Amino acid sequence: MKQLTVISGKGGTGKTTITAAFAHLADNPVIADCDVDAADLHLILSPQLVKQEPFYGGQLAWIDKERCNQCGICEQECRFEAIQAMEVSPIACEGCGVCAYICPEKAISMKKRLTGNWFISDTRDGPMVHAKLGIAAENSGKLVSMVRQQAKDIAEKEKKNLVLIDGPPGIGCPVIASIGGVDLVLAVTEPTLSGLHDLKRILEVANHFNIPAMVCVNKCDINPENTRVIEHYCKEKGIPIAGRIPFNPTVTKAMMNVLSVVEYPCGEVTEEIKRVWRKVEEYLFAEPDTANAANIP
Amino acid sequence: MVISIASGKGGTGKTSVAVSLALSLGTCQFLDCDVEEPNASLFLRPSIDRKISVGTLEPWIDESKCSHCGECSSICAYHAIAAFEKNVLLFPALCHGCGGCILVCPEKAIAEGKRNIGVIEEGKSNSIAFIQGILNIGEHMATPVIKDMKRLVRKDMHVIIDSPPGTSCPVVESIKGSDFVLLVTEPTPFGLNDLKLAVDVVRELKIPFGVVINCDGIGDDRVKEYCQKENIPLLLSIPWSREIAEAYSRGIPAVEARPDLKEIFRSLFQEITRITESKRDYDVQLGACR
Repeated sequence: MKQLTVISGKGGTGKTTITAAFAHLADNPVIADCDVDAADLHLILSPQLVKQEPFYGGQLAWIDKERCNQCGICEQECRFEAIQAMEVSPIACEGCGVCAYICPEKAISMKKRLTGNWFISDTRDGPMVHAKLGIAAENSGKLVSMVRQQAKDIAEKEKKNLVLIDGPPGIGCPVIASIGGVDLVLAVTEPTLSGLHDLKRILEVANHFNIPAMVCVNKCDINPENTRVIEHYCKEKGIPIAGRIPFNPTVTKAMMNVLSVVEYPCGEVTEEIKRVWRKVEEYLFAEPDTANAANIP
Repeated sequence: MVISIASGKGGTGKTSVAVSLALSLGTCQFLDCDVEEPNASLFLRPSIDRKISVGTLEPWIDESKCSHCGECSSICAYHAIAAFEKNVLLFPALCHGCGGCILVCPEKAIAEGKRNIGVIEEGKSNSIAFIQGILNIGEHMATPVIKDMKRLVRKDMHVIIDSPPGTSCPVVESIKGSDFVLLVTEPTPFGLNDLKLAVDVVRELKIPFGVVINCDGIGDDRVKEYCQKENIPLLLSIPWSREIAEAYSRGIPAVEARPDLKEIFRSLFQEITRITESKRDYDVQLGACR
């Protein structure tokens, strides 16, 4: 079983559009939406809910006002400025438990904290695991790990050969949780200065964690010169270019029709995404012999 | 006044709107709080004259004093310390810096060190006081960098904060304490879905907010209908234009590609001022009633 994560660094470059197309093109995938704080893949794949589970991602301090003598020690010791005038701010509290430990009256206890929900659903392209982080909640990395674990379990049980992961933007905790231990990341970028800047950082992250990467340039004709700069950069770093997808407003129409761009014809976009998928598939599922042979100069 | 520019979905034009608003104001402070992928400097091209390193707590264990009691490991909610019979293992990237291990250690064997996780850069772009945070590659936690940046917010001028995408802790850290949040979205199903999530967050934080639709015309009217139904002020619609998109790709701000937009961004600022002032008046009246 292989794992592929679609990432980008910069948001809005087309991760979810490409993941939805891959879900349709892949033979036998389990789909995992790891962008848990702004999930969108369900808007294309129309999942039918099979199972929903609460997610307890941490703890929250609770002050028993009967016992509290307002000494203020908890307020002093809390490094997150989460306690003010005997009130715990659920947004600031990071659940460390220092206040509960330090309170001389034993008036503070730590309560389990619901930080989101995760779901298992059926889609037309296979089983899907997704999640919703609570409003302004933290620990999205832990929720991502939970989504990935569930997806992996399903893949093993149902003998699926691919866990296809839609990753979040950025380079921090949920991204690191989305790419840890996968077989390949596909970094989707756009030919803008921001796209290039953010691509470099996300590729450094992949490299930092020793994860092989491929790059796909979306909306490549918005700035052909920048597309060449990106390709040159990737060549220097030895990172294969999986494809160049042109800009086409029909892509938004596919989204509005609740279809992926391989189910709703988008001309050259559809054809190029199919080619990108073949390259990714080839990398992931190549026989060890042929993969080695390819390396012989 | 502190105005944050946020959005659930990435790539809707937060940085574009934030930069255009700042340039239209002329004099202001600009904070790029998207420390994972900061982009505003590509458009504002500031000269950087000060760099401040951002550290987070890193416990140091004096093995000669350690009795291997395991107390540090039991209080650590983040699994950043694992105590064994003969040694103690640290996982600094997981440490939130709560200081619990130092408090509980009966042998006083743990001291507080600092580990560098990023940098804050300060500089100037014409009369814009510019600040950006940059998280180091491989680091998990963006919030300590943002927290340190927010301490530099000035009271003597207007402040524009470019927030990261999403709805989780880095976003909350960036926008909290703002007088107003501008939510930038695009008129697509993804844009609408993520706008709703972002609205939940600003409502939770009780900050007045309004919406900017970017790339208007590429999708449908559902974002407008939603704003109307929810009584959310739709403050500006920027039509999709290849001219603006191409300028953006070269690092040219929308208000420089299309100088006529400057006046529109100035009116946007005035409208925001009007909303926050009328809210303040309302709060005062409410206070008087009580």
